[in-house]
Amino acid sequence: MTFSPQLEQRFAKMLTRYPEGRTRSAVIPMLIYAQDEVGAITRDVIEEVAKRCKVTPVQVDEVVGYYSMLHRKPQGKFHVQVCTNISCLLVGGEELYEHAKKKLGVGHKETTADGQFSLEEVECMGACSWAPAVEINYDFHHHVTPEKLDQLIDGLRKAH
Amino acid sequence: MAKQLYNPPSPLETRILSKRFGLEGSETLDVYLANDGYKAFLKAKEMAPEAIIEEVKTSALRGRGGAGFPTGLKWSFVPRTSPKPRVIVVNADESEPGTCKDRLLMEYDPHQMIEGILIASLAVQAHVGYIYIRGEYRYLVEAMDRALEEAYARGYLGKNIAGTGWDFDLYTHTGAGAYECGEETALLDSLEGKRGIPRMKPPFPAVAGAWAMPTLLNNVETFSAIPPIIRDGGAAFAALGTPKNGGTRLVCISGHVNQPGVYELPLGFPMMKAIEEVAGGIPGGKKLKAVVPGGSSCPILRADECDIAMDYDTLAKIGSMLGSGGMVVLDETTDMVGFALRIMRFYAHESCGWCIPCREGTTWMKKILTRFHEGQGRREDIALLGELSKNMLGRTFCALGDAAALPTISIVEKFTEDFETYLARQEVMV
Ligand SMILES: Cc1cc2nc3c(=O)[nH]c(=O)nc-3n(C[C@H](O)[C@H](O)[C@H](O)COP(=O)(O)O)c2cc1C
Ligand code: SF4
Ligand code: FES
Repeated sequence: MTFSPQLEQRFAKMLTRYPEGRTRSAVIPMLIYAQDEVGAITRDVIEEVAKRCKVTPVQVDEVVGYYSMLHRKPQGKFHVQVCTNISCLLVGGEELYEHAKKKLGVGHKETTADGQFSLEEVECMGACSWAPAVEINYDFHHHVTPEKLDQLIDGLRKAH
Repeated sequence: MAKQLYNPPSPLETRILSKRFGLEGSETLDVYLANDGYKAFLKAKEMAPEAIIEEVKTSALRGRGGAGFPTGLKWSFVPRTSPKPRVIVVNADESEPGTCKDRLLMEYDPHQMIEGILIASLAVQAHVGYIYIRGEYRYLVEAMDRALEEAYARGYLGKNIAGTGWDFDLYTHTGAGAYECGEETALLDSLEGKRGIPRMKPPFPAVAGAWAMPTLLNNVETFSAIPPIIRDGGAAFAALGTPKNGGTRLVCISGHVNQPGVYELPLGFPMMKAIEEVAGGIPGGKKLKAVVPGGSSCPILRADECDIAMDYDTLAKIGSMLGSGGMVVLDETTDMVGFALRIMRFYAHESCGWCIPCREGTTWMKKILTRFHEGQGRREDIALLGELSKNMLGRTFCALGDAAALPTISIVEKFTEDFETYLARQEVMV
């Protein structure tokens, strides 16, 4: 399997960062960057990462289930993460999550039929003082109201 | 024109670590250099490692990641003359609910943190460091990488730094979603490419940490406090706070306040003043019910306990903690059963499952709290929650078990009436 030249370059750099013989350290960063490009942690991704980091596929496989951001099935093109942890909870995070469910017509860790959006109720993402917070893919949105979320989602829908 | 920050500053702040935040281009090396940048490193380069560590001890700086361990003392534990190379690790996992400050330090002033790490490298004689950034903060991995690139290009990282003959390499490393990886030894396992399961201590990371090498691990804010300490002297930093609680810290105020935000306040700042004046008070003229003083792991305070100074020792005296600086304000309308449930759902989700009291305890308590919240509670459940959490205390492999137990015990004990209200409502329904 091949990755884009940019990703290959990133991986080559990653492998030089750790002490001599410690390339296993690159496993998790490599997995998440590969997932961003491929869409999911497939069998092929596991084998490729194992080969590059000089570890067994089993050693790569066992971390996949542990980290909440790694997944074996593709998510929506836009992964909508709504925080309902304490700071968000107090200022409408749960209502916002309920609203997102209705708006997208999917539940926790589900993807819309057209593959455009997936939804996840997430734990604190470090935006507590600007709550309620939503992260779409890697973009943070602060002080999100149901109306603002509608605009965000409609905007993404239109653009793609 | 001032740049747009996440929240407007408050005139009551003491801006030491955040003094450059509002400057246009504060993330660039040029602005950093024009505003005291690298004065401290050049000064430290002329000091012996012991002298640097002494200065940090004098500053009374305590770790800003949660446990509040004295930083200078921690630095002195690293065997700097060991034949094994030393490693520096920056904990930028920031995932304690209520906490959102390390983000700002990396986004607005990455070079301050880099300089702090460089000074630490002199103190423990290390030549390599890793910044472990939580996976959700991808934009910060990119921001840090840009700052590192600039520092390398201008000779502030790499070989012969700023012409001093000192060599140091620094890299970012991304996580992939796991609260437990904020725990220092779990973080080290994650850095080694494994699942983030905590390690047995001792040996402590200072002696055998990343790849079994002596490792100095501190929080983002702890490292960021080092340049001002070395530049202006440890005594000046210490004087800002209270005895044994030196300096300022970034307090993240969230919840029911008019102006939530991250504010830099001296240690010992009055909590009520922080709520009422810095954060603009509670909306709608409502009354204060409770405060989470330093992230979700801390025992919660009732309103009548909040007339206190915010420093580690004062909070410890009243049975709580200053934690990670995440202060969550709850008004009188807050349902504490729902609040306790949300906290427990978090810990049950994040328990790494390694030890039984934590894995089973959090799952069981989540079940009880869910039942209660759904109107199916039993009177015995109140005592059971207290018992279960007390049984977990001190019996788990890492501090996550305590982190789940402590807030629960405090909520059940201090807000029993909220549980009673649920039971009374159920009776009416029957
Ligand atoms: C479950 C758990 C999660 C933690 N999460 C973090 C975190 O996200 N960031 C952090 O700096 N420290 C966190 N800590 C504390 C670290 O273990 C460690 O004490 C700290 O990073 C040391 O740095 P300091 O002395 O500068 O505070 C956590 C601890 C536990 C038990
Ligand atoms: S206390 Fe919880 S998180 Fe810590 S090791 Fe045990 S199961 Fe894992
Ligand atoms: S609680 Fe929602 S971002 Fe922290």
